[in-house]
Amino acid sequence: MELWYTDQHTKDVRFSMKIEQQIASCESEFQRIDILKSCEFGKVLVLDGELMITQKDEFIYHEMISHVPMAVHPNVKNVLVIGAGDGGTIRELTKYDTIERIDMVEIDKMVTDMCLEHFQETSCKLSDKRVHMYFEESLRYVRMKNDEYDLIIVDCADPYGPAEGLFTREFYGNCFKALHEDGILINQHESPYYSEHSRTVQKAHNHIKLVFPYSTVYQCHIPSYPSGHWLFGFASKKYDPINDLNEEAWNKLGIKTRYYNTDLHKGSFYLPTYVKELLGTNE
Amino acid sequence: MIKECETKVKTELTQYDTPIHRALEEQRLNRLAHFDVPGHKGGRGNKELREFLGAECMKLDMNSMKPLDNLCHPVSVIKDAQELAAQAFGADEAFFIVNGTTAAVQAMIMSTTEAGDKIIMPRNVHRSAINALVVNGAIPVYINPGVNKKLGIPLGMSVESVKQAIRENPDARAILVNNPTYYGICSDLKSIVELAHERGMLVLVDEAHGTHFYFNDRMPISAMAAGADMSAVSMHKTGGSLTQSSILLTKNTVNADYVRQIINLTQTTSASYLLLSSLDIARKNMSLNGQVLIDKAIEFANYARDEINKLGGYYAYGEELIDGDMIFDFDTTKLSVHTRDIGLAGIEVYDFLRDEFGIQIEFGDIGNILAIISGGDRNLEIERLISALSEVKRLHEKDKTGMFDHEYITPVVVMGPQKAFYSYKVSLPIAESDGKICGEFVMCYPPGIPILAPGEMITTEIIKYIEYAREKGCILTGTQDMNVENINVVDTAI
Repeated sequence: MELWYTDQHTKDVRFSMKIEQQIASCESEFQRIDILKSCEFGKVLVLDGELMITQKDEFIYHEMISHVPMAVHPNVKNVLVIGAGDGGTIRELTKYDTIERIDMVEIDKMVTDMCLEHFQETSCKLSDKRVHMYFEESLRYVRMKNDEYDLIIVDCADPYGPAEGLFTREFYGNCFKALHEDGILINQHESPYYSEHSRTVQKAHNHIKLVFPYSTVYQCHIPSYPSGHWLFGFASKKYDPINDLNEEAWNKLGIKTRYYNTDLHKGSFYLPTYVKELLGTNE
Repeated sequence: MIKECETKVKTELTQYDTPIHRALEEQRLNRLAHFDVPGHKGGRGNKELREFLGAECMKLDMNSMKPLDNLCHPVSVIKDAQELAAQAFGADEAFFIVNGTTAAVQAMIMSTTEAGDKIIMPRNVHRSAINALVVNGAIPVYINPGVNKKLGIPLGMSVESVKQAIRENPDARAILVNNPTYYGICSDLKSIVELAHERGMLVLVDEAHGTHFYFNDRMPISAMAAGADMSAVSMHKTGGSLTQSSILLTKNTVNADYVRQIINLTQTTSASYLLLSSLDIARKNMSLNGQVLIDKAIEFANYARDEINKLGGYYAYGEELIDGDMIFDFDTTKLSVHTRDIGLAGIEVYDFLRDEFGIQIEFGDIGNILAIISGGDRNLEIERLISALSEVKRLHEKDKTGMFDHEYITPVVVMGPQKAFYSYKVSLPIAESDGKICGEFVMCYPPGIPILAPGEMITTEIIKYIEYAREKGCILTGTQDMNVENINVVDTAI
């Protein structure tokens, strides 16, 4: 008997992987949560049928969402991470001794509980003393914050489920308010490739542009995600992602990564023409 | 062959039944060959519309026929559905209305008054009520609603002012009560009914914003429970039916057959079964699930009020306003927010929310916004609304000096609405109309409460108010002049 899991990338495109076994499955207040063991990608976290991360390529996503801002901002002490229930982003952030506090706001505690039990590769640093977990609505959490963070990372699912509110202008505006005067906002920015998703990319970018003085996107390649071509948003009050990159300082830290390096950092901000056109930045 | 005998016993219908819905479903499954209207024939004749609205929806768009009954003269499924509705609302009769609650309000007035009859009503009624007076020639006796000085909103009618109006106009036929107001404010309906009935006057309630009162025990008293004779409930507003569908409720103190005749004077003879079946299913839904759905709406609204008040500057008001008189009770599902203290008119906040944040609320007026909360809401959208209000404040807060602080200007009535409307009139620029008698309506829409009604004196204060509302971005309507720059006034020279 063969067991296959299919992630519906668009209404006309599917991505399937052979499954060894289903490790866990449960229904939370917000969504259905599955953890599968696949032959090629190792463990896979699936929310409401959609692939979130795989053991094999999650490092790409989590390194790129964390190290890019950390290599630009010279003095990150307080970080807010939105979503990130699997713990991967936290794992990367805890590699920095200079970070004093990491607040994590995840709407669905059951995702974190399931990952703590079955996905220790990503959740291993959630017990770090600097990490404070809040299980609540992030819009509400951020709304109450004023001038508190150096860095906010929005590590969320696509905008067609519980994460819908994290792609709105009011959320980006509340993040702006929650950041210090030299703060940076990084957000998961979807794929530009399929037209079903490209409008989300465009809308999210337009919203952020209206809120932050500096706003651009950078890219990476994540094999298990729709089209494989993935974007992150880099929005900032003061720092430029390339001019303010301090390669020497970052390399001196000796942080071990498998995808990220400071050459790639610069390269990731150089975008294909069609993406520039989509974002309206093709001058 | 045994002849099928007509032994079909009409089983007792319950709130679980939906007679119109069921009959419509039956006809759809019968796959009739249609040689009647509508001419789109199940959508085949208008493919673009069918693709847009969906094939099922088009197939259900049928015309009146024997098995589907007829709204003008209901004898079977519509009659049954109306009886179930009457039962659900605690009324003696219920009439399904497909021309909007406007038609229900007008039917109440036109079936209880005739030309020259007096009817007592608050001035902050919906335009549909005064429109009815233009049509049938009854004369309004206006009661000034109280005004909350801080919020600038018109309130309910005090029992004292109703008493006085009754004393001064013992010949009035009826009292129309607007309950709750758009902002959620209720009058002491029960006492008003008692006063009116003592003097032989009927009580008509414009309950357009209070459909949900009938289905949750934490809500203010409903018109039927308070003993009112008629009520117009806007099922489509908070009851879950399709836009434009509504219900008129009556007690046996009025002649229901006469009411139906009055309704038929103006109501369509081609009532939409999409609207009728939506009333049927919405009634069932509210009867069975109303308590839970409205509880949910109350929780959401209470939560949003607390959170919005924490933002500072805004005032989301609630039950604390209750004073036992002009604010006898408050509908806690209404999320009304006073915005003047952040230096923005309600209409400005309303526009920012839509244009910048993709959030559409019910209305914004000079000093307030109103968001409708229902059992159909989700936590996510509630959070978005609160967060967006926080952003509007952060980005657009202004100094509040020079802002208008009230919504209600006491009108000076010099002529009956019908007489003024049909008088010989001349058109003047609004700015030059001071001191003239208004021959038409001027209102901001929504909420649709007239700033000026036919027969009222135009004053400097009103002209200033109109200009201010225009400057802040209110949509002005009502005049013949589509740009609302000129106004028709009664030509007193003739």
